[in-house]
Amino acid sequence: MYRYDNYDQQMVDTRVAEFRDQTQRRLDGKMTEDQFKPLRLQNGLYLQLHAYMLRVAVPYGTLSGAQMHALADIADKYDRGYGHFTTRQNIQYNWIKLEDAPDILADLAKVEMHAIQTSGNCIRNISSDQYAGAAADEVVDPRPYAELLRQWSSFHPEFLTLPRKFKIAVIASNTDRAAMKLHDIGLRMVRNDAGEIGATFYVGGGMGRTPMIAPCIREWVPLDQLITYTEACLRVYNRYGRRDNKYKARIKILVHELGAAEYTRQVEEEFAHLLSQPIEPPLAELERIGAHFADPAFDPAAPDTLDLSDPAFALWVARNTHPHKQPGYAIANISLKPVGGIPGDASAAQMHLMADLMREHSFDECRVTHAQNIVLPHVRKADLYGVWQQLVAADLAAPNLDTIEDIIACPGLDYCSLANARSIPVAQKISQRFADSGKTGVLGELKLKISGCINACGHHHAGHIGILGVDKKGLENYQLLLGGSEGDDTSLGKITGPGFTEDGIVDAVEKATDVYLATRNEGERFLDTYRRVGMEKFKEAIYG
Amino acid sequence: MKILTGNDLKTGAVVWWDGADWSLHVNDAVDVGDEGPAILAREEAERRVNASYAIDAGRDAEGGVRPAHIKDRVRALGPTVRPDLTLKPTEPAALNWVI
Repeated sequence: MYRYDNYDQQMVDTRVAEFRDQTQRRLDGKMTEDQFKPLRLQNGLYLQLHAYMLRVAVPYGTLSGAQMHALADIADKYDRGYGHFTTRQNIQYNWIKLEDAPDILADLAKVEMHAIQTSGNCIRNISSDQYAGAAADEVVDPRPYAELLRQWSSFHPEFLTLPRKFKIAVIASNTDRAAMKLHDIGLRMVRNDAGEIGATFYVGGGMGRTPMIAPCIREWVPLDQLITYTEACLRVYNRYGRRDNKYKARIKILVHELGAAEYTRQVEEEFAHLLSQPIEPPLAELERIGAHFADPAFDPAAPDTLDLSDPAFALWVARNTHPHKQPGYAIANISLKPVGGIPGDASAAQMHLMADLMREHSFDECRVTHAQNIVLPHVRKADLYGVWQQLVAADLAAPNLDTIEDIIACPGLDYCSLANARSIPVAQKISQRFADSGKTGVLGELKLKISGCINACGHHHAGHIGILGVDKKGLENYQLLLGGSEGDDTSLGKITGPGFTEDGIVDAVEKATDVYLATRNEGERFLDTYRRVGMEKFKEAIYG
Repeated sequence: MKILTGNDLKTGAVVWWDGADWSLHVNDAVDVGDEGPAILAREEAERRVNASYAIDAGRDAEGGVRPAHIKDRVRALGPTVRPDLTLKPTEPAALNWVI
């Protein structure tokens, strides 16, 4: 994985010292909150319902064991013994004291981490495929390109005050595991007939109050023009994005209002202009970065068989592991969704354990997924049973990946000052209901996502089943959506009709799944059945 | 009744105006009537509280102060999904007060 050079380290250390000074001036009364707020936000420090919340960047979701240990130590030392992994592959702490924030950033800097650009109208943490570098189906490891974009976008003076926040995802396989088309820019790294690597650009996607699927604006951008073309996309947005209206300020609105063809024309014009100004980093820099992501020293003699005689282990293998490109290895998903638990939360002890497992069994590496789980990307099949046993002991072995128990949920009204309704209790009740009924396995792949407000941090638009919490005259109310998807077949869910109470939404979800079970054809997922039979049949069951 | 709330500048903890100082306990909150804006301006200037605002509240069955909106009731007690982290970790039934 990427390691800081002296320049990176100095940049982060300087920022810590700067923020320490800013924080002290705020505490000393030399700055008002209006003056301080944008400064703390630039360092990922929000003020939420119960305390300050610190969002720490996890670039493209990749962590080392030392970094995971450090995150656990921060949870213990400065927070309340846990952290929350987010839908943008980051981690958040909910109980931070302002006076501790500079020390936390200093601790993060010691393990090459920071919270820069995890808030504000700038280019946020670059997200990527959690199976990068391990999946059998990838064209190339997308992380060097994500890292190049991270370096380009960090403190980029032109893009620190964009009309709104800006999110980029980079993938490099035919299977989209990063909701790429629901980002401001989605890059798919591809290989052409000549064997060269380039990028396909999707621009103008997003969720929030106006969900949009990003159109493809260019099929092929060669590697030596990657940054230049990205910069052209940003420049057009920065110039014409709606700064007059916060709710229309994302690039998706600009692309939609201009039309993809006109936006593309303007980008191409800007691109042609930028090509005359050599802003592209040399390919040697990309090669330098790429060297950090070389394959680990896989054992070519690693046995490629698994003893599945333990049925509980066999179930976990079937649901939570994924084929690895290297024979003898597997990609292991650690579910942070225990039945009835809080999606994405991990205790400090669990984080320490995962760090140890990374070091001992996964070449000192893990990935945070946008579905709020953790991935051990490179586990020898021979080690898998032992790893699983340790996960079981730590309540980290729920065999439920991509099932109805594997729910994405934002923090909701239990923690977030923007939320209108609580998300987590709904997730807990649904998870418990289906675990108790034994239907989880029967339902197969079913992605359920819950947001506590229209900002859609819980990706409800992209759930096969989505739930949106709203405020209805001071009471929590939940809308049900069906038919969303974030993958290769990206689609936006549609609202079924009137909303429900907290208990009512759990019943409604069960009724929707009953329709699926009663009408599915062989091999159909919930989403497939919904697309085939349409909304009406589900509405009849839910409201009938 | 109108009560005042905010977050402690240093710790971020939720606090309530008790007439003379800021308390962690909503039951200490006093009705400030029309005085809210003046009190908030003074307290913000003195850096004792951050992101402060006035809210409507009533009385619960035991005579305690109960904010009108669920968001402020969650703030007053703590996250409903982590009773151990609320102000009443030994009273799980306290969550009913929020909802």
